[in-house]
Amino acid sequence: MNVNQSAPPVPPFGQPQPVYPGYHQSGYGGQPGSTAPPTSYGAYNGPVPGYQQTPPPGVSRAPPSSEAPPASTAQAPCGQAAYGQFGQGDVQNGPSSTVQMQRFPGSQPFGSVPLAPVVSQPAVLQPFGPPPTSAQVTAQLAGMQISGAVAPALPPVGLGYGPPTSLASASGSFPNSGLYGSYPQGQAPPLSQGQGHLGAQRSAPPQASSFTSPASGGPRMPSMTGPLLPGQGFGGPSVSQPNHVSSPPPQALPPGSQMTGPPGPPPPMHSSQQPGYQLQQNGSFGPARGPQPNYGSPYPGASTFGSQPGPPQPLPPKRLDPDAIPSPIQVIEDDRNNRGSEPFVTGVRGQVPPLVTTNFLVRDQGNASPRYIRCTSYNIPCTSDMAKQAQVPLAAVIKPLARLPPEEASPYVVDHGESGPLRCNRCKAYMCPFMQFIEGGRRFQCCFCSCINDVPPQYFQHLDHTGKRVDAYDRPELSLGSYEFLATVDYCKNNKFPSPPAFIFMIDVSYNAIRSGLVRLLCEELKSLLDFLPREGGAEESAIRVGFVTYNKVLHFYNVKSSLAQPQMMVVSDVADMFVPLLDGFLVNVSESRAVITSLLDQISEMFADTRETETVFAPVIQAGMEALKAAECAGKLFLFHTSLPIAEAPGKLKNRDDRKLINTDKEKTLFQPQTGAYQTLAKECVAQGCCVDLFLFPNQYVDVATLSVVPQLTGGSVYKYACFQVENDQERFLSDLRRDVQKVVGFDAVMRVRTSTGIRAVDFFGAFYMSNTTDVELAGLDGDKTVTVEFKHDDRLNEESGALLQCALLYTSCAGQRRLRIHNLALNCCTQLADLYRNCETDTLINYMAKFAYRGVLNSPVKTVRDTLITQCAQILACYRKNCASPSSAGQLILPECMKLLPVYLNCVLKSDVLQPGAEVTTDDRAYVRQLVTSMDVAETNVFFYPRLLPLTKSPIESATEPPAVRASEERLSNGDIYLLENGLNLFLWVGASVQQGVVQSLFSVSSFSQITSGLSVLPVLDNPLSKKVRGLIDSLRAQRSRYMKLIVVKQEDKLEMLFKHFLVEDKSLSGGASYVDFLCHMHKEIRQLLS
Amino acid sequence: MATYLEFIQQNEERDGVRFSWNVWPSSRLEATRMVVPLACLLTPLKERPDLPPVQYEPVLCSRPTCKAILNPLCQVDYRAKLWACNFCFQRNQFPPAYTGISEVNQPAELMPQFSTIEYVIQRGAPSPLIFLYVVDTCLEEDDLQALKESLQMSLSLLPPDALVGLITFGRMVQVHELSCEGISKSYVFRGTKDLTAKQIQDMLGLTKPAMPMQQARPGQPQEHPFVSSRFLQPIHKIDMNLTDLLGELQRDPWPVTQGKRPLRSTGVALSIAVGLLEGTFPNTGARIMLFTGGPPTQGPGMVVGDELKVPIRSWHDIEKDNARFMKKATKHYEMLANRTATNGHCIDIYACALDQTGLLEMKCCANLTGGHMVMGDSFNTSLFKQTFQRIFTKDFNGDFRMAFGATLEVKTSRELKVAGAIGPCVSLNVKGPCVSENELGVGGTSQWKICGMDPTSTLGIYFEVVNQHNAPIPQGGRGAIQFVTQYQHSSTQRRIRVTTIARNWADAQSQLRHIEAAFDQEAAAVLMARLGVFRAESEEGPDVLRWLDRQLIRLCQKFGQYNKEDPTSFRLSDSFSLYPQFMFHLRRSPFLQVFNNSPDESSYYRHHFARQDLTQSLIMIQPILYSYSFHGPPEPVLLDSSSILADRILLMDTFFQIVIYLGETIAQWRKAGYQDMPEYENFKHLLQAPLDDAQEILQARFPMPRYINTEHGGSQARFLLSKVNPSQTHNNLYAWGQETGAPILTDDVSLQVFMDHLKKLAVSTAC
Repeated sequence: MNVNQSAPPVPPFGQPQPVYPGYHQSGYGGQPGSTAPPTSYGAYNGPVPGYQQTPPPGVSRAPPSSEAPPASTAQAPCGQAAYGQFGQGDVQNGPSSTVQMQRFPGSQPFGSVPLAPVVSQPAVLQPFGPPPTSAQVTAQLAGMQISGAVAPALPPVGLGYGPPTSLASASGSFPNSGLYGSYPQGQAPPLSQGQGHLGAQRSAPPQASSFTSPASGGPRMPSMTGPLLPGQGFGGPSVSQPNHVSSPPPQALPPGSQMTGPPGPPPPMHSSQQPGYQLQQNGSFGPARGPQPNYGSPYPGASTFGSQPGPPQPLPPKRLDPDAIPSPIQVIEDDRNNRGSEPFVTGVRGQVPPLVTTNFLVRDQGNASPRYIRCTSYNIPCTSDMAKQAQVPLAAVIKPLARLPPEEASPYVVDHGESGPLRCNRCKAYMCPFMQFIEGGRRFQCCFCSCINDVPPQYFQHLDHTGKRVDAYDRPELSLGSYEFLATVDYCKNNKFPSPPAFIFMIDVSYNAIRSGLVRLLCEELKSLLDFLPREGGAEESAIRVGFVTYNKVLHFYNVKSSLAQPQMMVVSDVADMFVPLLDGFLVNVSESRAVITSLLDQISEMFADTRETETVFAPVIQAGMEALKAAECAGKLFLFHTSLPIAEAPGKLKNRDDRKLINTDKEKTLFQPQTGAYQTLAKECVAQGCCVDLFLFPNQYVDVATLSVVPQLTGGSVYKYACFQVENDQERFLSDLRRDVQKVVGFDAVMRVRTSTGIRAVDFFGAFYMSNTTDVELAGLDGDKTVTVEFKHDDRLNEESGALLQCALLYTSCAGQRRLRIHNLALNCCTQLADLYRNCETDTLINYMAKFAYRGVLNSPVKTVRDTLITQCAQILACYRKNCASPSSAGQLILPECMKLLPVYLNCVLKSDVLQPGAEVTTDDRAYVRQLVTSMDVAETNVFFYPRLLPLTKSPIESATEPPAVRASEERLSNGDIYLLENGLNLFLWVGASVQQGVVQSLFSVSSFSQITSGLSVLPVLDNPLSKKVRGLIDSLRAQRSRYMKLIVVKQEDKLEMLFKHFLVEDKSLSGGASYVDFLCHMHKEIRQLLS
Repeated sequence: MATYLEFIQQNEERDGVRFSWNVWPSSRLEATRMVVPLACLLTPLKERPDLPPVQYEPVLCSRPTCKAILNPLCQVDYRAKLWACNFCFQRNQFPPAYTGISEVNQPAELMPQFSTIEYVIQRGAPSPLIFLYVVDTCLEEDDLQALKESLQMSLSLLPPDALVGLITFGRMVQVHELSCEGISKSYVFRGTKDLTAKQIQDMLGLTKPAMPMQQARPGQPQEHPFVSSRFLQPIHKIDMNLTDLLGELQRDPWPVTQGKRPLRSTGVALSIAVGLLEGTFPNTGARIMLFTGGPPTQGPGMVVGDELKVPIRSWHDIEKDNARFMKKATKHYEMLANRTATNGHCIDIYACALDQTGLLEMKCCANLTGGHMVMGDSFNTSLFKQTFQRIFTKDFNGDFRMAFGATLEVKTSRELKVAGAIGPCVSLNVKGPCVSENELGVGGTSQWKICGMDPTSTLGIYFEVVNQHNAPIPQGGRGAIQFVTQYQHSSTQRRIRVTTIARNWADAQSQLRHIEAAFDQEAAAVLMARLGVFRAESEEGPDVLRWLDRQLIRLCQKFGQYNKEDPTSFRLSDSFSLYPQFMFHLRRSPFLQVFNNSPDESSYYRHHFARQDLTQSLIMIQPILYSYSFHGPPEPVLLDSSSILADRILLMDTFFQIVIYLGETIAQWRKAGYQDMPEYENFKHLLQAPLDDAQEILQARFPMPRYINTEHGGSQARFLLSKVNPSQTHNNLYAWGQETGAPILTDDVSLQVFMDHLKKLAVSTAC
């Protein structure tokens, strides 16, 4: 990516781009100069295979003594860049690193010209380019896992190894052999170095400028450096693996001296050290992510590097090099490349699925797809002691009705007729593939509670020689992870099969709503939208009935019975005691009453055109909808379109209590708490009736989202907020959201229950739902976007052999009014070694859990406390790893488990999110809104929400069909000659650099110069040129990926709006005081060290 | 004594007044000994085609406590242009406009023939008539259909500038907004919740949120139409709209499960109707017309629960204090009635159902406001349809026979005080010098409000002679009473009708004959009956009967001629001769007897009894029986079982029912089809005659009577048999087997027995 970015400004660079592959190769091959390397190369190659199996060895280490310092520092950045582009590339190698580094500067927006590095890159690339066949990847994975298991034992070796050159430190830094492994040819060094010099010189200035050393960096350095030998210290850190970041060693070495030596020595070093490193790395890295970016070393390196040419100050820059620390982009790319091509087969217990950012197919072979359930860890500690020690939350993020890609079949529906689904007599778990049939098939043993149950005669089947039922593969419930049962009448409310659900549209027609054009727009849209109500399977038309209500401070119900010539309006002004004024004709079938409905929708905006009513009510509206459903004896969904704080005299009346002075005080939590308990009570009634509430807000000022969203939240609904809604600007977004919301398939009146193997227990639940007891999650409505995060705790020992099983059963009413049970099963491994736990974690899920935990915490504790808790927990997790799993190393080194190496950066994003650390421009409503949104987000959503995707648009060739690779969310990554897209699932920005080529401006915006671009533009002109098409296509595809429409905002560099945009550059320091990634990492390191000491 | 009869008749025709005594005993003591109180039946708006209203305002006595109106009884000094008030003797100057008067140039109000005169007040903007329909939708389909048609028809009868409104109710109450185009709009209220007038007005958006202070200013009536225009619209504007709306009215859509009554929120619907008018058109003539097809079953004013297995209260339950909802419901409706009366509106109740509809509880709504009460079996009967249509009949001037918001004030000369009134009125609680401390009926005031009137509405007004025995009135002195009725004419004019009457005083000791001769037994019977019925509303039935009996006995003792302890010697003069008979029938009437009547029926009968004029009242007390035979022209016959003969056709008019009864032979003849044979055409005519006569009555009467055509042995013959005097019963078989009538299977005493006892008691010295 970096390369791409730099392209425009730098001619040499730019050229290579298109030719990339070739170029690299040639460069690589062309490296004649690498005389010394050859040998080393060979050696290296040898190890490579080994590497793949055991990722580790510190290739980068090589650089150590001789060329190391400068090179290494330089490397880091390069490495990243390389990574970004090529996915797997390991940059670590001493020599290559320098090259890369140079490249990096080039890429920087600030523009120093980059250069030669180009050549070096190729080298890096080469290996990768070809390799990525899926087979290889899997092989790698396999190998890594194995090695991982071995890891713990190995550390000693590493130590032993150490002696040669103050190994300890070196080894510590090395760990990321993963990268190395994948990257056999790292040796290129000599060549790269040569070029590197050039690059270094040029790049230096910018680097220096860009890196201001953080205050924190300074103090720590001394302690860190102390133990290290100069050369090694440098080498080690510089080489540093993604996970391990050592703080700057530094001052010791004069850059110059190191520079000189480089080529020769490195290779040998490498080879010799490798073994030791490998081991260590194994220990430290989770096997899963084979290729690791090299991040590395830190700090000062960069600066020193930059200054290399000149004699100068090695010291000043005491800062971690951003490129040296684990990069989310890199991890994502790696996973994509490694795991995106093969379907994920769920047959094996405890497998860690690909990341949410990876596109992959799932084949259900007995466990639920990760689209339904993702866990923080796929290997659960056997005992609660272990769990406590590790502090890794055990949680599952469950999305029971997740939408599947068209290639994957939706769960089979099993009909067991009158008798209903077969269940364990004791724990009531549903029949699933893990149930053990015994006694020739006459009985089965429950896999959850071990109770032995009789098999009913009609279900009897013989077992084969393996003890498996002969019909196992004929029955979804015996062979699949996810499936559905048709529920019998026993599972229905009042022992009556439910009637088809209903949708009620409740439209605010107060002055604000009319004036903004909302009502007209909405009514117009509803006319066509009603044809697309969700329907089941092949049904010709939706079974869902619809009803309409408008309101200001009174409610207007409409009788739209098909027999009427005109709709009838019925006004209910008794808002204190809401009721439904009509039964017949309120909820109607769309096709039958189409004429009347159309007439109604035509008239609504006319009728209220000259309204002067500004006051609105809110609770009575929901109450009315709920009563209507109750009267009709069905479940359903209310769509509320609301504009203002409900101040009219009625139950649920609110007052404006927005008080920014409360921020950062103990009372801040009140801003998130509902103003009155009335809404909870109301929500409870709604849930009992199966009435789900979706709220569309169009506020011009404070509306108290915290209170208004209580009911949607507790009923499994969604909240959409369009501040200062104007038809011209927000129409697209609103309509798109509305369409999606109305059309999406929903399960009504649902109850979810999570059963687990004896030993653990679901103890806590997060999401949009209501719970009246401790086990049943009640959801008035549940759609394919909503997730429930469930936390587990031990209440006994788990058995390593049998593992831990989860069964999530969701009883719901389908869109057609069919009562069903959806069952998801998932088997997890259990471990007695902490290392297994750390190797099988998923950071994205962990973050999902932690964010939800924290966002709930703000209701009860001061925000500061919540933040501290998060930091502490994170530190404990990492410290535990360091203490129990990582090979011993200097305390000065930060060692992160492979699976969690992104934990700090993501956590930092959570910590600086608007809810936990609001900026001045963030309103109370925004915070409440976001808080509420996050609560039901799935892993993919939280991932991109907290760490936005930043896509350069002009770097990759226009013709390439794929999405451009993302870059890290930091201002440093922006080049003023480029255009970027940034999205986080809610917002979408198009950032235009100040010196973008005119041609680009012209072809995208249809204006002649940068200055003519309208800042804040929300629509790109439709132009017939490849670039415009591509960008618009990309925007469309991004929108399609998200559950909510993202409104585009065009931001110009150096423009006022840029502040808004920069808020999302989450690796940077934020205006509201949020730490930069680097700073936070340092802080985290400090915390960990405190814990360790 | 033809003169007195003539006098009475003449007075009635001229002034609409019938006094029980036309010569007044001159002292309190004497008056109380007369037994029948000094009282009159007043028909304030009696139709007087010969009385054109005068187009100016009346001249009032200047004494603030008097304010009597200049009348023919005043002494006038034409030269000094002074007149003396005949009530307080204040001397008043004539107003400037009267400067031209002289003996030969008198204003109308001074002419004796204008003892009743009507003034038209020109002040103030005329306010339109208002008709607010309150319609029950919990009806059977054909009932509702019929009702809708009737309502639609009625629209065409209303004056084009009248305001109409529509409220429908069932489980919910809907107030329909009539002004809007396209979508029909209505405000809906829960039928279970009682709302205050303020709440109702808020919810209907009748209170203006902005600048309430400004609009509260008096004298801005033009604001009203604006505010209320949504619910009450001039008929000419929304005729089509409303017709369509009525056409689209659906039965109450809420499901009624087996074994339940539909939920009917009559109480709330009425409350809203009252609140709506109260907020928009206070003190303007308005009719709330409630059409209901069953008892209120929920909310305030509910009369019975919705469980069908629990029947609606009966007299039996009420006696046993077993009517759960009655007291509360009654209270609710009384509160509404009082509010309505305060606002000058009236409530009509049209209840059509086979079972009771809660009239007992709701009666006060009509009773206190002067509204109509109509009871029928179904809206799909001519009884309802014609009755309803008749409400909108017009008089010879083309005006509706209805008046609104009337105030009746009574002024008396100083020897008299007014003790109370019985009729469709409420007290205005105006104390004054002429208000008696004793109350008869609604007393304690000299003014009453009668929100709805028609030309036949008649009040019983009771007086007390307060002149002390030792302060004799000079010979030839006359007592005077002035009735001042202010009302809104259906032409929307405000009018004042003034009736001033005078009667001679007589010393009861020396001139008892005079007084006796001037006794109006018909008026007395009705007035006593009203008192009895009034008492019956609050007292146990037997107590009332005992009281009536005692009064009768005392009257007989006072005015009978007899020898002590000799019943056979007992005689009553002509002017008293019919009185005991009236009392006999009154005792058997449904007004005092609840046996065989549901509480609703009793309420219904009593309602009409308390407002009809003397003739109708008498018919109610003692139904009229005509006999048709080949022997001669139809003749009135005794209301006696002896009149039921086989070869007669009887026509009985009880006011509420018209019964045609074919004697046994006639019935057989008819069955044999003689009427169709040309040679028996006279028989055909005989059969036809009573039908024609009945039709005549039916055409004239409001409410339209139940029309019963039956014959000997027919099940409906009971209507006749229950009314006639059971002179022949299974107990006295002397007529058995003879052709002298039909025995009645009853244990009731016959008139003969009654009279015997009366005589015995009257002559006895024991009491």
